[in-house]
Amino acid sequence: MVLKEVRIHGRGGQGAVTSSQVLAVAAFYDGKYCQAFPSFGVERRGAPVEAFTRISDKPILARNHVYAPDFVLVLDPTLADCVDVGKGLKKDGIVIINTNKSAKDFEGKIGGKVVTVDMTKVAMDIIGKPFVNIIALGAFAAITKEIKLESVFKAIDQEFSHKKEVGELNKKAAEELYKKVKGV
Amino acid sequence: MAKSTCGKDKMEFTIGAVIKDPGSTIKNKTGGWRSFRPIIDQTKCVKCGNCWVFCPDNSIKKNEDGTFSIDYDYCKGCGICANECPLKAIRMETESK
Amino acid sequence: MTEMVVEASKAIALAAKLCRPKVIPMYPITPQTHIVENLAEIINNGELDAEIIHAESEHSACSALLGAQASGIRTFSATASQGLALMFEVLPIVAGNRMPCVMAVANRALSAPINIWNDHSDAVSVRDQGWIQIYVESTQEAIDTLIQLYRVCESKEVMLPGMLCIDGFTLSHVYERAFVPDQSEVDEFLPEYKPLNILDPANPITMGPIAFPNSYMEFKKMQHEAMLLAKKEIEKANQEFGKKFGRKYGNGLIETYRMEDAKYAIIGMGTLIGTARTVVDKLREKKKKVGLIKLRSLRPFPDEKLRKAIEGLKGLAVIDRHISVGYEGPLYTDLRSAFYGSKLTLSNYIAGLGGRDITAAHIEKVFIDLMNGKSGGWLL
Repeated sequence: MVLKEVRIHGRGGQGAVTSSQVLAVAAFYDGKYCQAFPSFGVERRGAPVEAFTRISDKPILARNHVYAPDFVLVLDPTLADCVDVGKGLKKDGIVIINTNKSAKDFEGKIGGKVVTVDMTKVAMDIIGKPFVNIIALGAFAAITKEIKLESVFKAIDQEFSHKKEVGELNKKAAEELYKKVKGV
Repeated sequence: MAKSTCGKDKMEFTIGAVIKDPGSTIKNKTGGWRSFRPIIDQTKCVKCGNCWVFCPDNSIKKNEDGTFSIDYDYCKGCGICANECPLKAIRMETESK
Repeated sequence: MTEMVVEASKAIALAAKLCRPKVIPMYPITPQTHIVENLAEIINNGELDAEIIHAESEHSACSALLGAQASGIRTFSATASQGLALMFEVLPIVAGNRMPCVMAVANRALSAPINIWNDHSDAVSVRDQGWIQIYVESTQEAIDTLIQLYRVCESKEVMLPGMLCIDGFTLSHVYERAFVPDQSEVDEFLPEYKPLNILDPANPITMGPIAFPNSYMEFKKMQHEAMLLAKKEIEKANQEFGKKFGRKYGNGLIETYRMEDAKYAIIGMGTLIGTARTVVDKLREKKKKVGLIKLRSLRPFPDEKLRKAIEGLKGLAVIDRHISVGYEGPLYTDLRSAFYGSKLTLSNYIAGLGGRDITAAHIEKVFIDLMNGKSGGWLL
């Protein structure tokens, strides 16, 4: 069984929990099994929050927390300074950080491979607001190759079925991030 | 349905203790509880209906001619009617007489 | 049947909708709120013809549940933790009146200290009040069990209320894949509710009268016997659901996992079973003869099935997500009584209180303890 575990860091109100859910839906459209859950904390706006997604080609039985993630997605650049975002990361795991800094700036601070992507800039350019929780999945798809971009699109359509225009902007920005990471 | 083994009445044990036969209190004639019996002196009665209002057991009956009488099947002899009668037209007499 | 990625709470709301309740009294409490929130939306969208009663407390919500059910209709509600505790006064009245109300309980710890996370102390504390209690492991099992529960509770021999117990947050807030049946399929499986008695001003009857010392015991005995008969109905519902929908959960009362030649096993309820399955798989790969028993039905208690399940076992560890303060885990107490006279070594672990994660490492430690003949303790 190939089980991949993802931890998403964000701040209360940034939509980390929604990220984990949309990621699960995207995995579902890839024909995979999935599980998404929040860290069940006390949800205060601005406080560091965590959400988790498990993706597998077999039914997922485990229901404990994620302790050794394969991938970590950090939605807020300031979190890397106050939260151990690399905690428990698997040996060949990847930490994806939304920041305008380069991966070198995090060397030594985070155990494991770091990939940085300036998602906020793309969000501001295309959506006009700093909402990165959904579009980050475009970068996630390109970096991890765990989900298809088309499946991310389908999951976005489902999430924004009542706000189609917003969904379209998110898709556009997600694609932009996907291309940016792929270098095309 | 289980049947009771105690008490003189055969008891029916319905699911959820539901009593399907409504108005079962009518069967329980409480007149036997009485030690004092109210008696209305119709010559003093002005048909004000105070006794009828105050009776806690609905045992004062209003007759068609406007007079009141007592339903001794259910009257427990509490004496409230006698106490409330403004003309003292109801007296309480002992049952054992 | 539609497969979707759905939050367990929403899935329960969808399943409840498919059972067509007519009145849904509700009072919000974390982690149950998403269930009734989703139902409110379903009703608001015109997808379910039901009335919501916004009660001013859980005590009122449960009273309304009883009253609505007495009028001869199907009902639904949900609660958790202190909410269930506030309902306590009404719970035995619902059961004693033999009203087959169905309620979801998103199991949450009881205060104090205040804690919103999962353990089983709320539901286990009310297990003696005459409600059927089924604990489930996954979103799919929650959907399927809720539909079955109506059938069990409303069957003529049973006529008792039931609780669908789901682990708060650990299950209630999880998004995962699940099949949601179609309305026509559920309509075929779940017949229309046929009340034994209807509270109707046009045809008056008395519900909830006094029972004197010469009759109260008989009524209690009838309730107890109905609860014992519920075991057969739970099995039957599971069996027939399996035939129709292709999904079964053990025999309905318990589910065993890799118990064929097992020497050591763990028994527990709810989501910890899922994590334990992964540990059993791992240890089986190392040729360890270990297995798992999932207890679904805490009340009625399937003692005969459990005695059968432990045949050939050397050691069994009981994981309780609740502590009977001053004694031991209540599930452990029940099991020791069920296994009285057997040579099986039993140990008791208290785990997962107030949302403490029950990890794969915890479960592995329990198996290692079992194999080394060590006794239980608290999994901190």
